[in-house]
Amino acid sequence: MNIKLHVWRQKNGADAGKIVDYDAPDISPDMSFLEMLDVVNERLITKGEDPIAFDHDCREGICGMCGMMINGTPHGPRKATTACQLHMRSFKDGDEIWIEPWRASAFPVVKDLVVNRGAFDRIIAAGGFVSVPAGSPPDGNAIPVPKMNADLAMDAAACIGCGACVAACPNGSAMLFTSAKVAHLARLPQGQPERDTRALRMVNQMDAEGFGGCTNVGECEAACPKEITLENIALMNRDYIKATAVYRKERAGGD
Amino acid sequence: MTAIAAPRFLQSTVGKKVVMAVTGIILFGFTIVHMLGNLQIYLGPAKFNAYAHFLKSVPSLLWGTRAILFISVLLHVVTAVQLTALAGAARPRAYSFRRWRSASYASRTMMLSGPLLALFVVYHLLHFTTGQAHPHFIKQDAYWNFVTGFKVVWTAVAYVVCMLALGLHLIHGAYSASQSLGLRTARTAPVFKLVAYAITIVLVAANISMPIAVQAGVIKLHVPTEVPPVVVGVR
Ligand code: HEM
Ligand code: FES
Repeated sequence: MNIKLHVWRQKNGADAGKIVDYDAPDISPDMSFLEMLDVVNERLITKGEDPIAFDHDCREGICGMCGMMINGTPHGPRKATTACQLHMRSFKDGDEIWIEPWRASAFPVVKDLVVNRGAFDRIIAAGGFVSVPAGSPPDGNAIPVPKMNADLAMDAAACIGCGACVAACPNGSAMLFTSAKVAHLARLPQGQPERDTRALRMVNQMDAEGFGGCTNVGECEAACPKEITLENIALMNRDYIKATAVYRKERAGGD
Repeated sequence: MTAIAAPRFLQSTVGKKVVMAVTGIILFGFTIVHMLGNLQIYLGPAKFNAYAHFLKSVPSLLWGTRAILFISVLLHVVTAVQLTALAGAARPRAYSFRRWRSASYASRTMMLSGPLLALFVVYHLLHFTTGQAHPHFIKQDAYWNFVTGFKVVWTAVAYVVCMLALGLHLIHGAYSASQSLGLRTARTAPVFKLVAYAITIVLVAANISMPIAVQAGVIKLHVPTEVPPVVVGVR
């Protein structure tokens, strides 16, 4: 099949960047989307041009590295599918495909389609952890976890941190990501001791990174390749409101 | 790590949405009571004017309510502007090509329906409360003001359009508030949705019916059995 690409090209963070058109003839429908880009890049390199930079690693939908706007929606048109798991059979011969990086001031463009998602790492570092004595492993089932909570925690933990929620959100909000991390630990007994401070710290960090606020549009949930639900955002709001209400300065350590 | 645990509620994006939700619900509650009161227009001038008189009979209640509403509108608008500014700063550059997957029209146009409502509130107050925007205002006769006001075709049309905007704002907002306040769970979400949608639809339908009923002649100036025409005639 023959495809026409409109790709965002930007040399570095300082470059203004622009959409550049490429013809991509002889593309197999069995190729993955990233393989199609690989082919386009080989051809560019053969011509002595700069290949299109994009992030990827596992190429099986588990690492969260890949991610780009494909025809105006994160990771392309398929539900619950990362860009690396998207295949060219989702398109037809003669299609035009628009490819852009995630657009958020908290995710500055490094090059072309590659953005710096360090903001997510800092949100995790702010509170997305549990403090445990790191000795020998505890006995299995020493801490009972209700099946439902275990399942809901696993659902939230499925978040791969790709950033599609931010990219999809009309407000550039990171609430789906942050709430998945808050909810994942809030659902488990091990997460309880730090539950209040976690909500406060992670939301504070999220705001400090310059993400927008949530207006419950739901575009993040629809775009999420791991089907993280809005229910997590409600839980985070609940935790944040409660943590604010019960906060005591003298008990909060150095904060 | 610089992340601090001290709550900065009103500066936080979560806290700002709580402000939106609480003030939005206050305004939503007011529009419901306001609609129920106004439906008495269908009971004729005596009932309606008695209700209008009752509303103004206890000044402390009247001005207390007005103060709460004014503060709510103020906080709602200021926070809306702040959230919009944050969203703009979070995505300074728009996508060249964008396709929405699920975002409703209502949810994407809150900053159009909202400001239109703000303009409507100003016009509505000048029209029926203070009378400057009313062609035949009589201070003590709410029924007369209502009917003569809605006899003007463009006014009736403007009210219908603004009530549709209210519906658009609330069809997203009323349900959205439950999420902002963290009340939604898998189990409660459908209940909040049903209640929010049902009240919004009834509210808008009832409000729209009133200008239409005047235009259609269902609500008339002269209701001979209850009020002698002279009463209406005196200025
Ligand atoms: C009759 C007047 C109004 C009523 C009854 C009303 C009601 C509501 C409600 C219930 C919400 C949901 C709150 C939440 O999700 O947290 C809301 C949100 C909102 N309102 Fe209003 N509002 C009114 C006027 C306005 C005005 C005048 C503006 C703008 C200047 C405005 C802008 C917004 C915005 C931007 C949101 C947030 C949108 C979102 O969360 O998706 N509203 N409103
Ligand atoms: S490359 Fe790992 S999720 Fe796509």
